[in-house]
Parts: sequence; structure tokens; C-alpha cells
Amino acid sequence: MLAFIIRRVVQSAIVMLVVALVAFALFRYVGDPINSMVGQETSLADREALRTRLGLNDPFVIQFGRFVGNALQGNFGISYRLQQPVMELILQRLPATLELALVSGLAAFILGVSAGVYTALNRRGVIPSAIMAASLIGVSLPTFLIGILLIWLFAVELQWLPSFGRGDTVTLPGGWVTGFLTSSGRQSLILPAITLGLFQMTLIMRLVRAEMLEVLRTDYIKFARARGLPNRTVHFGHALKNTLVPVITITGLQLGAIIAFAIITETVFQWPGVGALFINSVRAVDVPVMAAYLVLIALIFVIINLIVDLLYYAVDPRLRVERSAARH
Amino acid sequence: MTLLAAFRRSGMATALATSALALTFTVSNASAETIRWARVADALTLDPHSQNEGPTLAVLHHMYESLVRRGTDGSLQPRLATEWNIHPDDPTVWVFKLREGVTFHDGSPMTAEDVVFSFERVRHESSGFQALHTAVTGATAVDDHTVHVQMAGPSPLYVQNLTNFFIMDSGWAEKNDVVAPQNFAAGEESHAVRNANGTGPYTLVSRDPEVRTVMAYNNDHWDDAPAVTEIIYTPIAEPATRVAALLSGEVDLVQDVPVQDIQRLEQTDGVKIVAGPENRNIFFAYDVTSEKLASSNVDDNPFAHAEIREAMALALDRDAIKQVVMRGQSQPSAAPLPPFVNGWTEDLNAYSAPDYDRAKELVSEIYPNGFSFDMHCPNDRYLNDEAICQAYVGMLGRIGVEANLVSQTRSLHFPLIENWETDFYMLGWGVPTFDSAYVFDFLLHSREDGFGSYNGSRYANDDVDAKIESLSTMTDLEARNKVIAEIWDQVMEDRPILNIHNQLLAYAVRDGINLEVHPENQPQMSTVTYDN
Repeated sequence: MLAFIIRRVVQSAIVMLVVALVAFALFRYVGDPINSMVGQETSLADREALRTRLGLNDPFVIQFGRFVGNALQGNFGISYRLQQPVMELILQRLPATLELALVSGLAAFILGVSAGVYTALNRRGVIPSAIMAASLIGVSLPTFLIGILLIWLFAVELQWLPSFGRGDTVTLPGGWVTGFLTSSGRQSLILPAITLGLFQMTLIMRLVRAEMLEVLRTDYIKFARARGLPNRTVHFGHALKNTLVPVITITGLQLGAIIAFAIITETVFQWPGVGALFINSVRAVDVPVMAAYLVLIALIFVIINLIVDLLYYAVDPRLRVERSAARH
Repeated sequence: MTLLAAFRRSGMATALATSALALTFTVSNASAETIRWARVADALTLDPHSQNEGPTLAVLHHMYESLVRRGTDGSLQPRLATEWNIHPDDPTVWVFKLREGVTFHDGSPMTAEDVVFSFERVRHESSGFQALHTAVTGATAVDDHTVHVQMAGPSPLYVQNLTNFFIMDSGWAEKNDVVAPQNFAAGEESHAVRNANGTGPYTLVSRDPEVRTVMAYNNDHWDDAPAVTEIIYTPIAEPATRVAALLSGEVDLVQDVPVQDIQRLEQTDGVKIVAGPENRNIFFAYDVTSEKLASSNVDDNPFAHAEIREAMALALDRDAIKQVVMRGQSQPSAAPLPPFVNGWTEDLNAYSAPDYDRAKELVSEIYPNGFSFDMHCPNDRYLNDEAICQAYVGMLGRIGVEANLVSQTRSLHFPLIENWETDFYMLGWGVPTFDSAYVFDFLLHSREDGFGSYNGSRYANDDVDAKIESLSTMTDLEARNKVIAEIWDQVMEDRPILNIHNQLLAYAVRDGINLEVHPENQPQMSTVTYDN
């Protein structure tokens, strides 16, 4: 087990180094940061001087080496655009993104699994058909459009919920800024969480339904029924448990995706998270922030994958058996 | 306000209403208001000398003040300076008389020493405003309320560069170790980035960058009390969300209204649009000098032919662009010069109607098979920039010229102009000094010694260069205006620039709020009034 984790950590470090390298190689195609840093009056000579001061004229290898060296010491430099240390900027905004991702991820998982089980067990009827039809909308409409539609309906027409921002926040000890503790914070969370989670929810629902239908047809379910087990035990104790392995994989990966690609939702709702920070940084070619963000996202994916792998062990006994069998 | 409220309750307000003093009090009391102001982007920093950037300046103007300020009509208005003039005995010295009895938010008095300090700070290597003050060699405090600014030579229009020059407290700067503006390369955050201590009408209450900035009225401010007593500034990047926030009543003022939403908002109850010209011209320019274009299918440079430039101008249907692309939000004109800038005339503004037949003829005389080139265009900088280019590509198609549109983000687009890597491009130019010389220096003087950094057309005319250089030191304004007119005549004849229009600015506000459009897009909340 320990050897497994160590192996994965080493792999992860390599993955992150590669991500940083690719990201850095891409930055030269994003444009010139100097342009958004100085006014139009600045002479070409002064622009060149600033470029040299920032080290943008150094060869690629030197720039990359400097970045990795500093990053290893936890220093991602200072944002060109906001003039604040990058790590501080990201840590300030991470709570907003994580709270949003957590709520929408949980909602997607709980609602998705319940709806999936329900539609698998009740294949005919008005309600299951309606759920299946609605799920098509969730899969096919782009996030951007869903967000705008929700704003239009709930903020402009009905005026029930705020259209942008995070509402009032409370700073917890340790610097975590939470929106959970105020009513405006909770209200602000609803629309972005739906927007962000809708796709994931429908995906999980369809996956659970398909897997469940598959499992319900297998022999051991028939035997279980023949044994006279109650329906509840058959459905949840045997069938559902065996559908969960692929569901966990997908949910785990999707949680990473939720955090990483909250960019669109955060932009639509002016949600002050890291995704919005990244988009604004791309617009201004704020290289230090972009680099740190991409490395951070890679880190999140790597950690989630690690957790998912460990969860397999817990859920699927076969994996444990095979591993220990292989050792002999 | 509690005192005033007590006045009202005791019925004394009516008794005093006849006196002018009480009248002003009642007005400000009745309209003690919070304004919730939304815009596309946040101020990048609160350091007053660090970033010469639109939203940053607009926000800073509420907490810091400049010596002089640009009014909504484009004129210079006194702020911290009450008088300014060129020294009668020495044309290289500017004299500023400072307003008396002004204090910074922390209570310390504003004196000549702070102004001198601010002149030093704004000229520091890491200042974003350095280029506006290159002619200054030093500033001295003559007495507590008089400052002399020594220039390298006569600089009759230097005061026009001071509209975004904020005065900072020298004592506060020393105490908080912010004597120099933020230095990017140093890799540290300075205290001035998130704190402000100016003399402005509003003090900083709280700031959460890119989320919310709250400012409250500064009771010790020297000017009349404004109607707005609290400002909540919120950046909302997404245009649809910005408009939705206004319609749902979550904000009162949207500064950057998407062009396509203007008509709809005008017809919406409870919301109104205020529009006015912006100090920004949008134009095309082409490489008129090179022997051969990098992106053309012909062996010489088509834009070097005066006939082709004329044809290109004849093919540009400015009115169609105004109606179809800009939905009315533009002022077409022939010269690249906003209307309130010194040197602007009706003649320069007048543009010809498109004539496709004549244009086609001009092109086919030189290039019977037409020619092609790459048109470079930004897609996130000006109002409908990419759509304007698309429209013009279609118009050029009618005269046998094939333009390949290359539209990209601003950070990729502008370096092409700086590095002379584009044959034909779109550019927008604001004129913060409100004088033609600013256009000449950056766009038309040949590129040398700090001149012509945005002269992407590579236009070089020695006669014009000499005249442009002479402008900076001419103190006789009448003679100077004559030279400006001569330069414009020559430039309009040579056509290195093909102007499209001036942009219009539109603000959307809730009904009952009155705010004028500011030509520099720096609305001042202390000028907001309310209908009662």
C-alpha cells in the first residue's frame, strides 16, 4: 500500500513537471504581457527595458528553470496585473471555488445516483420519462447558456436569487472565507451550483441507470431474488454496490473537472474564484498567475486520481485479492 | 447627516428653506444615497502612480485627486490647484497655486511638499505614468501652497498631462514604505496597492480585489457635499450578467453597456441610457513605405500608391458601419481626431460618401486582377472591433481587393504594430492631452527617439516631423494652432491613416439617477444627482 502511494507520488511529480513545461511553452503564444502593463504613452525603449527587467527576454530554458526553482520553494512570483503575490491571490480565491465545486459536486452525486436508481427501477411511467427527457437538456445545453437562462429566470424575472457574486462572506480562523454562514452567501451559491453541477448530475444519472440495468440482468441478482431476499436488499445491497466502481471513477474525475472548469460558471456569475482569476489573467497575459494556476489544477487532478485509486480498494475486494495474490 | 435628520424632524427645515444655506443642506440630505456601480473590470491597484489604465484611474479619482481634472465637456477644471500658469519670466517653469485647507484622509494637511513628492514619485522608474512627465526636470515648493515645476524646455501644454496625476501624502508614503510605486520585478506587494490615503471626496472603506470596493463620503472634503454618500463598486466581467444585475435591481449604474443591448435597455422601464462621445478614435492604417508587403500576392506594395489609398477610402462605408455594426453608437469622421481635441475642425471631420465604381476603377488601373493582403484586427479591445473589420472585408471585396481577416486578442495584436509586423491593421487612439500633438507624436512622426511608437504605417515625412517637433516648445498658441492645421492638411492628403469613427460611450442607469458621460470614461460619482 505504502509502496503504491510512493510510486504514485513520484509519477505525480513528473506529471506536474510536464504540465508546467507544456504550459510554459504555450505562454509564448498568448501574447505580450507588457502591453497590458504600461500605458500607450510608454516608449518602445521603456517597454523593452521592462521586458528585460521581468526576464521575458531570457531564453526559454532559463525562464522555465527559474520558474521551477522558485516554485519548489513555494514562490510563484508576483502577478503582473494585480501586483500581489500569486500564491496569496490563488489561496484567497480557492475557498470560493472549492465551496462551489463541493456543493455542486455533492448535489450532482446525490441527485444523480438517486435519479439513476429510480429511473432504472421504474422504467415506465410519466415521472421517469420526464426525468430522462430533462436529463437530455442537461447533457446538451452548454454551461454558459444554462447560466444565462437561470439568471434571466430567477434573478431578472422572478427576482428570487442574486445574479452575480458571492453575497456576504465570513472569514473563518485560518483565513478561509466562507459564504455558507450568511443567507445572502447561501442564496448566491444556488444558481452557480446548479449551472456547474447540471451536466455532472445528468451524466452520473445516466451512468448509474445504464450500469444498474446491466447488473439487474445478471445471474447473481436472479439468484438473490430466488433466495427470497427483499427487494431493498437486492437493489441496494447487491445491485447498486456493484454499479459504483465506474461511478466513483467518473465522479472523481468530474470533481477535478468541476474545479478546473468552473471557469465558465465563475465568469458568468462573477464568482470570485480561481477560475475567474485565471480568465482575467489570460486576458492580461499575466504569466505568473497562469503558470501557478495550471500547476495547481494539475495537482488537484493528481490528488483526486490518487484518492479514486484508493477508493477502488475499499469498494472492490477483487483488487485487493489480485494484488496480494500477485505478490506470492 | 444625523444633525440634518434632526433638523427635518423638528420641522426646522421648512422654516429655514428660504435661506440658501438650508436649501443646499436639505437637498443633500434628501438624497443621501448609496450608488452601486458595476463595470467590466476592477481597478488593478490603488497605487495612484502605478498603472495608467482605464478602470484603475476611474476608481482612483474618487479617493485621490489631481491638480486639474477633465470635465465632462473636455475642459480643464481646478481641483487641488486653484490656478496654474507658465511663469511670466521663465517659459520653462510651470507655476501651480494649491488649494488651501485641504487635508488627506488621515488628517494631515496637503501642502506643496506633498505635491513635490508626488512629482518625484510619478517620475520614478517603476511608475506607469513616467512617459507623461519626461519633460519635467524637477519640482520645488516655493511656499506652502505654491509649486514650481521646472521643464527641460518650454512646454506650454504640459498641464494637459496632469489630469490623471494624483497627489499623495509624503508622510504617509514614508511611514508605509511606499515612496516608490510598485516595482514588478521586485516581487513584493506594496502597502499602497490595497490602501489609499488621498484627498478625494470618498474614503476607502473596504476592498476585496475583483469582488467589491466600498467607499464612503469624506466629511472633511473641501468641495460641496455630493448626493452620493456611499459607493459600492463591483466588477462584473460578463456583459449579459452585468445587464441582468441592472435589470434585477442589484446595481444602479452599469458603465460598460454592450452595444447590442443599448436599444433593448432604452425600451426597458426603470432603466435609461446616457450616451456621449468617448475620447477614442478607431481607424485602419497601412504600411505605406515598404517596398513589398509581407502578406500580399502582388510584387510591390499596393498601399504605397496614393490611388489605392484613395480607393480604400472610397470603399469604406462609414454610415453603414455606424448603422449595422455599431447600432448608431459611433460618430463617423475622416480625421483620426475626437471632436473636443484642439486642432479638430468641421473640414477634418467631413467624410466622403462611398463610391464603389470609382474605387474599383482606381484599383483595376494598377492591379487588373486586384490584390490581397492580411488585415489584422483585435477582437477584445474596442466596441465591435472584429465586426467592423468583417464589414470592411466585405466592402473591399466589392472593389476587387481581397482582405484576409486575422483577428486576435489584444496582447497578440498590439505587438504586431509595435514590431512593424503587420501590413494593415486596426487601432484605436485616445487623446488624453486633448491636443493634436499627442496624435502626431505617437502615430505620425517617423519612429525615432521616442516618437512614433504606434506609427505602424511607417509614415515618414521630414517636413511633417520637423513641424511636429516644433509644436512641443511653441508658446504662441495661435501660431502653434496654425502649424497643427498645416500638419493635418498634409496628413489628410498623404492618407497614412484611414479613419472610421469616434466611439460613443453609453452608461445604463436606473431611472432617477443623473450622470453625464465623461469623455475619458471616468465618471465621477460626486457629480451624480437624483430626481426627487
